[in-house]
Amino acid sequence: MNKPLNDILAVDFSQFLSGPSASLRLADLGARVIKIERPETGDISRHMYISDVQMNGASSVFHAINRNKESYAADLKNPEDLSKILALVHKADIVMHNFRPGVMERLGLDYETLKKINNNIIYGEISGYGTQGPWENKPGQDLLLQALSGMCFLSGNADMAPVPMGISLVDIATGGHLVQGLLACLVRRAVTGQGGLVQVSMLESACDLQFESLTCYYNDGHQLPQRTIKNNANPYLGAPYGIYKTADGYLSIAMTAVDKLGILIHCQKLTKYTDPAGWFTFREQIKAILSAHLLTQNTSHWLQLLEPADIWCAPVQSWRELLAEQSLHNTKMTQMVTMQDGYQFETTCCPIRLNGELLTSQKGTPALGQDNLRINSALLTDNAPEKAKNILNEVNKDVVNNVIKDV
Amino acid sequence: MAPLENLIVLEFCQYMSGPSAGLRLADLGATVIKIERPGTGEGGRQLAIKNLFAGDNSILFHTINRNKLSYSANLKDPQDLKKIKKLIQKADVLIHNFRPGVMEKLGLGFQDTLALNPRLIYGEITGYGKEGKWKFKPGQDLLLQSISGLSWLSGNKNDPPVPFGLSIADYICGTHLVQGILSALIARAKTSQGMLVEVNLLSSLIDFQFEVITTHLNDGGRLPARASLGNAHAYLSAPYGVYATSDGHLAMAMEDLNYLTKTLDIPEISTLIQDGFANRDAIMAAIAGALKKQTTQHWLAIFEPADIWCAQVQNYHQFTAHPGYKAMQMEQEIVLPDGRKLTTTRCPIRIDGQIFNSPQPAPEVGGHNQKLDPTLL
Repeated sequence: MNKPLNDILAVDFSQFLSGPSASLRLADLGARVIKIERPETGDISRHMYISDVQMNGASSVFHAINRNKESYAADLKNPEDLSKILALVHKADIVMHNFRPGVMERLGLDYETLKKINNNIIYGEISGYGTQGPWENKPGQDLLLQALSGMCFLSGNADMAPVPMGISLVDIATGGHLVQGLLACLVRRAVTGQGGLVQVSMLESACDLQFESLTCYYNDGHQLPQRTIKNNANPYLGAPYGIYKTADGYLSIAMTAVDKLGILIHCQKLTKYTDPAGWFTFREQIKAILSAHLLTQNTSHWLQLLEPADIWCAPVQSWRELLAEQSLHNTKMTQMVTMQDGYQFETTCCPIRLNGELLTSQKGTPALGQDNLRINSALLTDNAPEKAKNILNEVNKDVVNNVIKDV
Repeated sequence: MAPLENLIVLEFCQYMSGPSAGLRLADLGATVIKIERPGTGEGGRQLAIKNLFAGDNSILFHTINRNKLSYSANLKDPQDLKKIKKLIQKADVLIHNFRPGVMEKLGLGFQDTLALNPRLIYGEITGYGKEGKWKFKPGQDLLLQSISGLSWLSGNKNDPPVPFGLSIADYICGTHLVQGILSALIARAKTSQGMLVEVNLLSSLIDFQFEVITTHLNDGGRLPARASLGNAHAYLSAPYGVYATSDGHLAMAMEDLNYLTKTLDIPEISTLIQDGFANRDAIMAAIAGALKKQTTQHWLAIFEPADIWCAQVQNYHQFTAHPGYKAMQMEQEIVLPDGRKLTTTRCPIRIDGQIFNSPQPAPEVGGHNQKLDPTLL
């Protein structure tokens, strides 16, 4: 299929997860993404290993985040490299970065400057905490954002210490919001022709992730979220909402009428909870009764009683059980991609289908600077219009002066 | 100008995943019209957290459905259905999150609507897609967390599976639906053709775990191993985690273990730190032993000037009282029909330096039928 962004060029200065996860989505939607990386080391996450897994000389994380992209190595403090980058910006639709505030300004790659080179550019930036306030210069790192924003008091049981969520979810949410903003500006550009500036921060995204619980906190007289003593799955929800141990595994049960549940699983004590308001008020008692009862039989026994009655329940699975479904039922959850040197690996796919088709791409992760030659000869040598060239020279002078001053 | 001004979105959605997508489109400037059954409206109106209501609707419903209009119609009544079809002819986007087959039975499947409006972008959320053994299973957040393996990533080694304490599947899937719809609108500007956009909660949670599932697919199929104490990420090495101090908790991200060995005076780990992953539990235990002797502020005063990545673990009282939170201006007020005000969060995206606020509350069921009839039908 013709992917929707197949005529879009994105120049991506970001590293780690938040920004690169956004440009991965743009790539999967069809955009050409050129990753600008510093020579020799590149994106730091190339060598930020998780566990001990190395794949073809880079971390598994880097491969997951940066497949389907090109890599252009450039030293942004070197005037010659910088002028090539500016020529690339002249051709780009999107420029994006996730440096700390002030870095792109010092390099002469801020929105106001780049607009002079490319008036319709759409410029996306991710910060940790916005560009004002006391946290401005604090590192925008996922766990720190989880810690500061109150998020660690939502998961786990009441007797546990604060429990972080075991995925870099603030990074991922922030990247998702950047994509939304960039795409919204592309929609607008198709109507008005104008570019735009999109700003997101991990702090704002951490609040948005908690929009339900924060709104509750603002309006319930500022009560802190109360995790239940056992089987907590959401501090704001009544019983039976939670994960329960069975004789051979775990079972999750979502919102359901407690008295009806009691009848279905033959648990007399639960049938007396007929008032829906009581399912929140007496949730500790209900959960205690339910967890003792569910221990007596296997997960499959309970599922056979509950699923036909359309009770919202599910077995708790590992990835092995999840991924086994792929081969058993021919559901497409993963894809194979190939790097330029022939190295192949299996990874996940874009979760969005368009006109019934999955958006797959066989293009693997780029080696550092693998596309410099091709980009130099194809993108940067043709004749830019005379006026644009002049502007470029003008801007270049300022930038070069700045860089020299900085050095 | 808000980027999506002049776009009309019809939202046939309930609860969280679809309506959260509608909310984002509304905040970015679109006119979002909820299509609801007369009388009771969508199910989310009665779904309350902590039994909290504002008027007839739960506060949760207001949180997710502010800044929208409501048009009530009985989709099984031919007269009402005719009006809905007229609305579809005027709309740019339609989204729904019914189980597979429901919209088709109503004559409002993608192909039906494309015949009415060839430029329509049709967005659809299901729980598990339309193939595989789960396709008719309810698409509910906690169930998806359980099925997707996500609940084995949080908590400590000996804990049972620990779900994320917020509706992460709904949230992420709503984000993906917005992305798909916007990209389809970009394509439409070139082709003038409508498009079907499909997302499902399961694919969204697999995508959400893309780093760690890719690792699992390439490490011989090992399962995640959570740290014994203070786990914050099953795949990251010491000291990544949460530690008790004498008066609270401190989160520490990736750090130079040599620095911590010296600063915390724990020479006993100096031979272990060569492999911060294999020796994670022993290193974290030693760090925990040192950190609990002093207050959180004591450690922050030492670590922050050294650019050590750490933060106080705050609760909502501490977070919302902090000047860093206030500087973000993340709160906004919506005004209910009776004049009461309700505080909620705003859209996290700024465009051209502008914050998008709107005082418009969630609509009453059918609250805009009269207004929409003459202008749209």
